[in-house]
Amino acid sequence: MKAFTYERAGSPAEAAAIVGRTQGARFIAGGTNLLDLMKLQIETPTHLVDVNHLGLDRIEATPEGGLRIGALVRNTDLAADKRVRKDYALLSRALVAGASGQLRNKATTAGNLLQRTRCPYFYDTNQPCNKRKPGSGCAAIGGINRSMAVIGASDACIATHPSDMAIAMRALDAVVETVRADGATRAIPIAEFHTLPGDTPNVENTLAAGELITAVTLPKPIGGTHIYHKVRDRASYAFALVSVGAILQKDGSGRVAFGGVAHKPWRVEAAEAALAQGAKAATALAFAGAKPTEQNKFKLVLAERTLAAAIAEARA
Amino acid sequence: MHGPGEFELSRRGILVGGAASVAMTAAPPIAEAQEAASAGAGAPVLARVTLKVNGKPHTLELDTRTTLLDALREHLQFTGTKKGCDHGQCGACTVIVDGRRINSCLSLAVMHEGDSVTTIEGLGTAEKLHPMQAAFVKHDGYQCGYCTPGQICSAVAVLDEIRAGIPSHVTGDVAGKPAMSAEEIRERMSGNICRCGAYSNIVEAISEVAARRKA
Ligand SMILES: Cc1cc2nc3c(=O)[nH]c(=O)nc-3n(C[C@H](O)[C@H](O)[C@H](O)COP(=O)(O)OP(=O)(O)OC[C@H]3O[C@@H](n4cnc5c(N)ncnc54)[C@H](O)[C@@H]3O)c2cc1C
Ligand code: SF4
Repeated sequence: MKAFTYERAGSPAEAAAIVGRTQGARFIAGGTNLLDLMKLQIETPTHLVDVNHLGLDRIEATPEGGLRIGALVRNTDLAADKRVRKDYALLSRALVAGASGQLRNKATTAGNLLQRTRCPYFYDTNQPCNKRKPGSGCAAIGGINRSMAVIGASDACIATHPSDMAIAMRALDAVVETVRADGATRAIPIAEFHTLPGDTPNVENTLAAGELITAVTLPKPIGGTHIYHKVRDRASYAFALVSVGAILQKDGSGRVAFGGVAHKPWRVEAAEAALAQGAKAATALAFAGAKPTEQNKFKLVLAERTLAAAIAEARA
Repeated sequence: MHGPGEFELSRRGILVGGAASVAMTAAPPIAEAQEAASAGAGAPVLARVTLKVNGKPHTLELDTRTTLLDALREHLQFTGTKKGCDHGQCGACTVIVDGRRINSCLSLAVMHEGDSVTTIEGLGTAEKLHPMQAAFVKHDGYQCGYCTPGQICSAVAVLDEIRAGIPSHVTGDVAGKPAMSAEEIRERMSGNICRCGAYSNIVEAISEVAARRKA
């Protein structure tokens, strides 16, 4: 780990201002992703701003009938919240499908959204990686790429976003609230939050330098059957090969977002219109234009079967 | 009881000598670090932190990079907590902070100012074992024993989590109350890896304590 100075910010706006004006500064929340990467010198901040004591750890009802989830709410507390378990069960299920009990006790709502890819070459500092070192190349494209993206990737990067929680947030139409370094606040719909790799895979979201996430809000509940199916190499404690987050209504309509397949949670609203016709029709539309590799083309079959299982479960 | 006994010291000596990673992550002596701190950018930075470990406060001057795990093992000689992967993947470093289990390797000591930490040394003593420790002994819930302190700290917290109604991946209805079942225990213990594969005995030990506390 490289040496760094450390401070606790006094308020969200102050935290944003410090990180905005200090070269090499970063926020630290649960630390479960940032410290992992700092130990490997993939991340090398020179100043850490601790945002754990800013009162951003509450879950509140919104006037619109939804929920406002503080950026620092722990994954365990969010999954266990009575309102979330009852009205947004997809979110609870996605959270408990991720990481371990110990990690979820530390991991935060904002940190989870911002966790970085698990591409093995991103983690291997001996290998070229455009995400870690822009312009160095991509070792995954000609390498072991079974776990990589099948859609929305580029010639520069084929990494996936590893978060389970983000898949649920995408299906639930969450909105990310922030405060910027100049003190201005804004609300970013989750659909516009994560980005595709394009020529700049080092950029993963639409946050500006020093922009702090203060909360994630959920619109009022939409009912339906909430399902999160995660398919992985072991029964527990592994990242998704493919995951399906679905909210299915009695009339056959619904919403679906896929994980483990792209650089961001993959949701195609046009494909949802075909849900009533079954998994085959919906996945064909959701993955139109997919460019899998020889090693990961199984993900397309897996996505369809996982969605079929979700639809069958909702009907049962 | 909590001081660095001879046995602990000699075991540590072997570890430091034998494993480069352990030697490298140990923070430099404070005097040396302080000199370097004035040497400019990139030099180590020191910070003072007070941790309450197993009921007793300890004030330390640490390199900001020091993890809670290294603070416990290298600075306070609570060597019961183990370093396995040092990346949150194995669970050997599990301790209970303010009532919740966490991976002490993925947390900075300076971020725990004023926190109460319970390590395996704080759960029970050799003379008076914690019920979970006794159950692990009775059921042979280990072979080499390296992952055991983490397994036991985790297990104690798992039972509290089930009782508090926190759902898990195998909870059928997340809106309902999770069951105190072997299936729930297995899923919730998945963050603690045992390379000897003592899993079935570990589940039996935890299940026995769970049943006793339920009655
Ligand atoms: C062994 C292991 C297994 C895992 N398995 C899974 C899994 O199966 N599924 C899954 O989804 N995840 C998994 N994870 C990842 C885990 O969910 C993340 O590490 C965690 O959610 C990150 O949250 P944090 O609060 O610890 O973030 P931190 O590490 O504190 O921060 C992450 C990033 O977010 C930034 N940041 C933090 N808070 C804010 C804020 N408020 N505003 C702006 N920026 C901010 C930080 O600067 C940093 O860049 C796993 C992790 C480990 C170590
Ligand atoms: S896929 Fe992306 S993250 Fe992985 S090596 Fe290529 S550029 Fe890096």
